[in-house]
Amino acid sequence: MLGAARRIQGAWRSESEHASPRGARFPTRAGRDATGAGTPMDHASYSDEYLRAILQRVKCFAMVGASTDWNKPSYFAMKYLQKKGYRVIPVNPKAAEAGEEILGERAYPDLKSVPGRFDMVDVFRNSAAAGPITDEAIALAPEKGIGVVWMQLGVSNPEAAARAEAAGLQVVMNRCPKIEYGRLFGELSWGGFNSGIISSKRRPVRRPVAGGNDA
Amino acid sequence: MAATPGFETRAVHAGASPDPTTGARQTPIFQTTSYVFDDVDHAASLFNLQTFGYIYSRLTNPTVAVLEERVAALEGGRGGTATASGHAAQILALFPLMEPGADFVAATKLYGGSITQFGRTFKKFDWRCTFADFDDPEAVRKAIGPKTKAVFCESLANPGGVVHDLQRIAEIAHGAGIPLIVDNTMATPYLMQPIAHGADLVVHSTTKFLSGHGHAVGGMVVDSGKFDWTKSGKFPTLSEPEPAYHGLKFAETFGDLAFTVHGHAVGLRDLGACQSPMNAFLTLAGIETLALRMDRHCANALAVAQFLEKHPAVSWVSYAGLPSSKYAALAKRYLPKGAGAVFTFGVKGGYEAGVRLVESVQLLSHLANIGDTRSLVIHPASTTHRQLTPEQLKAAGAGPDVVRISVGIETVADIIADLDQALAKSVKKAA
Ligand SMILES: Cc1ncc(COP(=O)(O)O)c(C=O)c1O
Repeated sequence: MLGAARRIQGAWRSESEHASPRGARFPTRAGRDATGAGTPMDHASYSDEYLRAILQRVKCFAMVGASTDWNKPSYFAMKYLQKKGYRVIPVNPKAAEAGEEILGERAYPDLKSVPGRFDMVDVFRNSAAAGPITDEAIALAPEKGIGVVWMQLGVSNPEAAARAEAAGLQVVMNRCPKIEYGRLFGELSWGGFNSGIISSKRRPVRRPVAGGNDA
Repeated sequence: MAATPGFETRAVHAGASPDPTTGARQTPIFQTTSYVFDDVDHAASLFNLQTFGYIYSRLTNPTVAVLEERVAALEGGRGGTATASGHAAQILALFPLMEPGADFVAATKLYGGSITQFGRTFKKFDWRCTFADFDDPEAVRKAIGPKTKAVFCESLANPGGVVHDLQRIAEIAHGAGIPLIVDNTMATPYLMQPIAHGADLVVHSTTKFLSGHGHAVGGMVVDSGKFDWTKSGKFPTLSEPEPAYHGLKFAETFGDLAFTVHGHAVGLRDLGACQSPMNAFLTLAGIETLALRMDRHCANALAVAQFLEKHPAVSWVSYAGLPSSKYAALAKRYLPKGAGAVFTFGVKGGYEAGVRLVESVQLLSHLANIGDTRSLVIHPASTTHRQLTPEQLKAAGAGPDVVRISVGIETVADIIADLDQALAKSVKKAA
């Protein structure tokens, strides 16, 4: 199964620059484009537009805390999001030291070691660890093009979020990008979940995603 | 549109955007057992629960999934699992929580079939049920022991007129580290949403008001997504590694989706009581008009209850919507839009008079169901509740003189006229 997953990543791996093109900057002032100018970001309930815009703009992201264990939540999320066309770069010091790959991607020990540019940092660590990871993301943002800090379901660090937003980054806390992608683009409903989405519009048969392999 | 669309909007739309392939506006009936995989890796991802998608209709089906999302949206839940019947929903709701030797606490005032299922049939699994009088929340607290895994009651108890103080009962359950399961069949989410009052799981017999037309047997389990299955160590099925999925921990991997993922991936997979796409389609069509029907059901029921209360052949009426009901205050608080359409009354002349009444109706149907557009009537002691002992009959509110009515949406004067002539016959023959 791992072998098959690696094969699918082949197209990605031939690229030297994997992030969005230089200059395609994210809007500054977190969430203001979606929630109205001047209103502070409400981290208790994100609008669908806010999350959808992030998921559509992001093409490549680093997953801090990506696991080498195929049966761990981070592995599920990484595999799913790869299939949706995202490039996911694992950050995992142990795996990096051992020279391991996760789902066909080389693991790096920290954010600054990840070569090239990437749009988002997905924090698959606990809430306390999210603080220093966010600070690293803020420091690297100009060089790496990081526009979003996304903290996983169960992970929340409001102080770190405030620092990131002050630096012009967008922040999502206590959400899973896999679940939100599934919810916003129809697939979560397949499992009987309440997506909260009501629409009289017909969805594309297959949703074309950013740089996706869903041609 | 508002952030959370209104109840009626959700009843029509939730879960059902136009079909991506055809543009069909009504939900298609996906009458298929199975679904092709893109490739072996896609299949592996599906079997490992790493991606969303369909494998086999015992687990999930696109038509059934629309029903699941619809009912979850109406209840304010995180997700839902549709089942073959209401009884299957009760098994599916308890299955992840229970184990041999464990028990749960249930109300004495329940649908008779549930009392039999809990009290007798579950013994085969060594699941034990302790019945308690939920009118006395302290009795519920006392019934909870170290191996108790859940508290179960109905929002509006069948056969009728009983409303429990759900918030108090939820507090007691949560104080013991266990979830409250509420059967919301009789109230429907239009009249009451138990999750808003603290319930963790909601079960339905969709056979009743949700499908609404007496045409499709079915059930639902809705999970609020709010109960922490890892906290107490009482729910290893959800918190500990699952061998059938290579040691995956449902609560860790799926967070607030865990109960519903488990409901499909293990519950339906292994217990097999899935709902058919045809029944899901019929139930969805019923739910579209739930709000309209419930308003009429409740208005008609109140008028019929008022008529019966004054009738010389009737000794008592137990409808929580009447000021005379001992549950009137609770009904006002928990069921402000109406006290439902199912209730009981006593006929003078006991068992014989009850039998004669149900045999004399011309418009009302004598049958064992509730929640149809048609008015239905039954004498529980001689039918639905006949498996129960005399003590259980009394505790369940189904004594020999009790008649249960499910008031339909016909012209109310016609319902009343039919009852009037049948009551006259019940008295005459009894005399
Ligand atoms: C309150 C209640 N719960 C559960 C059930 C069982 O549902 P079903 O008949 O769909 O299995 C019924 C139906 O008779 C009911 O009235």
